[in-house]
Amino acid sequence: MSPRKMLLGAAALLALSAPAIAEDVAITNATVVIGDGSAPIPNGTVVLRAGKVLAAGAGVAVPAGARTIDATGKWVTPGLVVAVTDIGLFDVEGVEESNDERADKGPFNAALDLSPAINPLAQHIAVSRAGGVTRAAVAPLRTGAIFGGQGAIIDLASDSQPITQARAFQYVELGESGARAAGGSRAAVHALLRNAFMEARELARRGGGQGTDPRLQDAAPERPGDALLTRFDAAALVPVVTGRQPLYVRAERASDIRMALALKTDFPALKLVIVGATEGWMVTKELAASGVPVLATPLNDLPANFEQLAATQSNVGRMAAAGVRVGLGAFGDQPRYAPQYAGNLVSLTKLPGASGLDWGRAFAAISSVPAGILGMGDKFGSLKTGLAGDVVIWDGDPLENTSGVVRVMIDGVEQSLVNHQTKLRDRYKVPTEGALPKAYEW
Amino acid sequence: MRAHKLLAGMAALALVASPGLAEKKKKEETVSPAAKAAREFNKNPFPSTYRPYAGEPTALTGATVFDGAGGRIENGTVLLADGKVVAVGGADLTIPANFRRVDAAGKFVTPGIIDIHSHLGDYPSPSVQANSDGNEATAPTTPEVWAEHSVWPQDPGFSRALANGGITSLQILPGSANLMGGRSVVLKNVYSRTIQGMKFPGAPYSLKMACGENPKRVYGAKGRMPSTRMGNMAVNRATWLKAQEYRAKRAAGKLESRDLAMETLAGVLDGEILIQNHCYRADEMALVLDMAKEFGYKVSAFHHATEAYKIGDLLKAAGTCSAIWSDWWGFKMESYDGIPENAGILQKAGACVVIHSDDENGIQRLNQEAAKAQGDARRAGIDISDAEVIRWLTLNPATAMGISQQTGSLEAGKMADVVLWNGNPLSVYSRPDKVWIDGALLFDAADPKRRPVSDFELGQVGEGDVK
Repeated sequence: MSPRKMLLGAAALLALSAPAIAEDVAITNATVVIGDGSAPIPNGTVVLRAGKVLAAGAGVAVPAGARTIDATGKWVTPGLVVAVTDIGLFDVEGVEESNDERADKGPFNAALDLSPAINPLAQHIAVSRAGGVTRAAVAPLRTGAIFGGQGAIIDLASDSQPITQARAFQYVELGESGARAAGGSRAAVHALLRNAFMEARELARRGGGQGTDPRLQDAAPERPGDALLTRFDAAALVPVVTGRQPLYVRAERASDIRMALALKTDFPALKLVIVGATEGWMVTKELAASGVPVLATPLNDLPANFEQLAATQSNVGRMAAAGVRVGLGAFGDQPRYAPQYAGNLVSLTKLPGASGLDWGRAFAAISSVPAGILGMGDKFGSLKTGLAGDVVIWDGDPLENTSGVVRVMIDGVEQSLVNHQTKLRDRYKVPTEGALPKAYEW
Repeated sequence: MRAHKLLAGMAALALVASPGLAEKKKKEETVSPAAKAAREFNKNPFPSTYRPYAGEPTALTGATVFDGAGGRIENGTVLLADGKVVAVGGADLTIPANFRRVDAAGKFVTPGIIDIHSHLGDYPSPSVQANSDGNEATAPTTPEVWAEHSVWPQDPGFSRALANGGITSLQILPGSANLMGGRSVVLKNVYSRTIQGMKFPGAPYSLKMACGENPKRVYGAKGRMPSTRMGNMAVNRATWLKAQEYRAKRAAGKLESRDLAMETLAGVLDGEILIQNHCYRADEMALVLDMAKEFGYKVSAFHHATEAYKIGDLLKAAGTCSAIWSDWWGFKMESYDGIPENAGILQKAGACVVIHSDDENGIQRLNQEAAKAQGDARRAGIDISDAEVIRWLTLNPATAMGISQQTGSLEAGKMADVVLWNGNPLSVYSRPDKVWIDGALLFDAADPKRRPVSDFELGQVGEGDVK
C-alpha cells in the first residue's frame, strides 16, 4: 500500500471513529409515537438536545437555534429495540469463515463474552439500521453447550463503538436443543444447570467470581478437586447465581417454562427472562405470578417440533392480557422485520377468537418493553425526556408493510442509511449498461 | 395429463414421422413391443382424485375487488356458483335470486393466493428427521423422483396457509440439493386422506432444477461431481444430451426400456413439463437461459432469483418469471446482493414477478411480502398499483405453473378460488375473512368449524385453536 493510500485510509478510520456531535434537533408536525404503549399523537414535536430526548408530544415548543426537520405527513418513533438476535456476529450467515455464531469446538461456554466478536461495520447492522433498528441484544444463539455465553447490548450506529453493555446477560438453552447439548435428555440439562450453579455458588463463597469481569479476578481462590466446570466458566456464572447478571432461558414447551421458573426455588437470586415461550399462553398464571418477563418469538403458529405443539399467533396477546410482561424477540430472522411482526399482532385484534395487541402496545413490544426487560428502560426505548435520542422518522405508519424509514438518529446523531443494498439499487435502477460497464457506476 | 395436450403431442409425433401414410404404417410395424411400451406408457399413474366440495351460489357484494389480472373494481360484485366464477362486475351486476348474498362492504376480494414454491408436506411440521422428505440428496440429478411421493397430506402447515395466507393452490417442489431435483406437484389447498385427493386436476408437472452453491456443496462434500459451478453446468448439459438421445430413440421407435429419469427430461423437451429453476445470481441465470436454448426448452421461472433485478431485460426477453422473496438476503453468499427493490425493478423492466415463500411461515403472509416490495419500489420511484401487485400472487404464479386457464384470476368460468379479506390484503392489519376453493367455503374466520385440523393435531394441545 502506498503511503498516500495509507494516510487516506487512516483518515477514513478517524472519521469513522470520531464521536459525531449531537446537535439540537426539533422534528415538527409529525405523528409522534412515544413508545410507552400510548396511542400515536397527531401533529406532535420531538426535541433532542445533547443526544437525549428533551421533550416529545403535542404542544412542545421548538427551542431557539435547534435544527428543525419538518415531518409533515410522517411518523416519528423511538428506534426499534430487538432483543435476542445474532446480528453483528456474521457477515454472511452461511459463510462459515465470516460467522461467529458457533463456538462448539472451544473449551468454554458460559465464559464466552460476545462483545469482542461484534463487527459494527457488518452489512446486517447497516441494513437493520436502515430499517429503523437502533439497539439490539446480541445473544449466542448457536453453541454446543446449554450455556451460550454472555450476550451484549449494542447500538447500531455507524461508528466503531457498538457496545452499550458487554456481558449483559447469560444465555441458556432448555428444551430440545438444550437436551441435545447436555448429553441427550432434559434430565441432563437440569442436572448440568444445578451442578453449574452449585459450583458457581461455591466459588463465590470462597471469594471468587468478583469484579467487573469475574473471569479475570487475580489471586482466585482454590476450588474443590471434583469441579466439572472450567474456572472461567464457573467464575462467569457467579454473577448469575448471585443475581447480578440476568439469566436468559430459552424455553418453548409449557413444562419447560415451568421448570425454568422452578429454578428460583433452588437458586432464589436468579433474575430470569424467558426467551421464545411458544407455549407461554398455557403458563400465563405462573408467569404472571413470578413476575418473570418474556421475550417471545412473535408469530409461531406451527407445531414446528414437539415442544411447540400449542403454537398460536395469539400467544403474545394472551400472555399480555394475563399480565405477563412480554416483549418481542428471538425472531431468528432479520431484525428489521420487527414492525411487521408487531403489525400482525394488531391484525389479530380484529380476528374472532384471536388475541393480539392494540397499536400502542404492539409498538411498545418492539421498543420500550424489550428495553425495559434488558434493564435499559431508563436509557433508551421510548421518547420520554432524558432517554437516548434514538429516533426514527418513517414515511407512514411504521407497522404498515408499505412504510419505510426516512431518517435514523442514534444518541441524537443522524445516521447514514447508505449500504450495500442501496448502492446496488442505485446502480441497477436501469439494468442495462451505459457508456461504461456497471462497475464504473459508483 | 389433459386429453387435449396428449392429443396434440401425438399429432406432433405423427407429423414428424409421416412423409406418407403408407410409409408411416410400415414404420410403426417395425416398432418392437418394448419400444412401444417405452413410448406409450401411462403418463399419469397417480391421477388426481380431487373433487370440489359442495358450495352454494354466492354473491359477494360491495367489496373492492382485485381480479388478479391487474383490474380493480370499487363496490364490486362477484358471483360464484357450481364451483366456478359466474360473473365479476360492479354494483349494477344482476344477482340471481337463488344466490346467498355476502355483504362485503369495506372488505376486499381477491382470487385465491397461489404459492409457486412450497415445501409443505415434503418438509412438514413437525420438522423432525423422520419427516424430512424433500431432498433425494444421493445423486446430483434425480429427475426420476416425484414430490407427490413425499408429500404428507396431514401437514398442519396447509391449514395455516389457508387461514392466514388465503392460499388456495400451491406447488410443492423437491429441495435444491440436486441440479435436477425431481418433479413438482401442484395441489389444491384442501385436506385429503391421500395426496391424489389434493392434486390440482390437469396441472402440468414441473421439474425442479438448482444452480449455484447447493449442488456443488452437497456433492463436492461427498467427493463427487459437481464440486464447482462449472461442474454444475457440465453435469446439467451431459444429462440434457442424454435426454435428447433418449427422446430421439423414442421417436425412432428404438427404445428398449423405460427410464423414469429420462421420461421426465424428455417431457421437458416435449414442452409438457415446465422448469422451475432455483437460481440466485444474475450471471448464472443468464447461463441457464443459454443452456435452455441449447437444448430447446424454456425456463418457466427462476426461483429465489435475488439478483434478477440485474437482468430484467434478459428475463423479459426469455419470458421467464422471477419467483422471489420481497427482502430475504445475506444468509448465504449467493444471496448477498439481494435487494428489497428486486420486484419493483423487475416490474419496471416489464419482466414477470411472482412472490413466493419457500417457507411454512412465509406462505402465511405472501400478501404482506408483496406489499413490502411495493413500498420499497415506491421509495425507489417505481409506483405499482395495488391491483398489479396482487397479480404477483395470483395470475403470475398461475401462469408460471401452467394453471392460468383454470385459476389465478376472477374470470367467468374459472375455478371459484376466492379470498374475502377483512381489509386491504396489502395491509399488515388485514387477514382472510373467508376462503372459497372451487366454490366451497373452506375457511371462515367467524366459524371455528370451518377451520381445518389435520390428523396430526387431533387430541393434542392446541387442537382447533385459532392459529
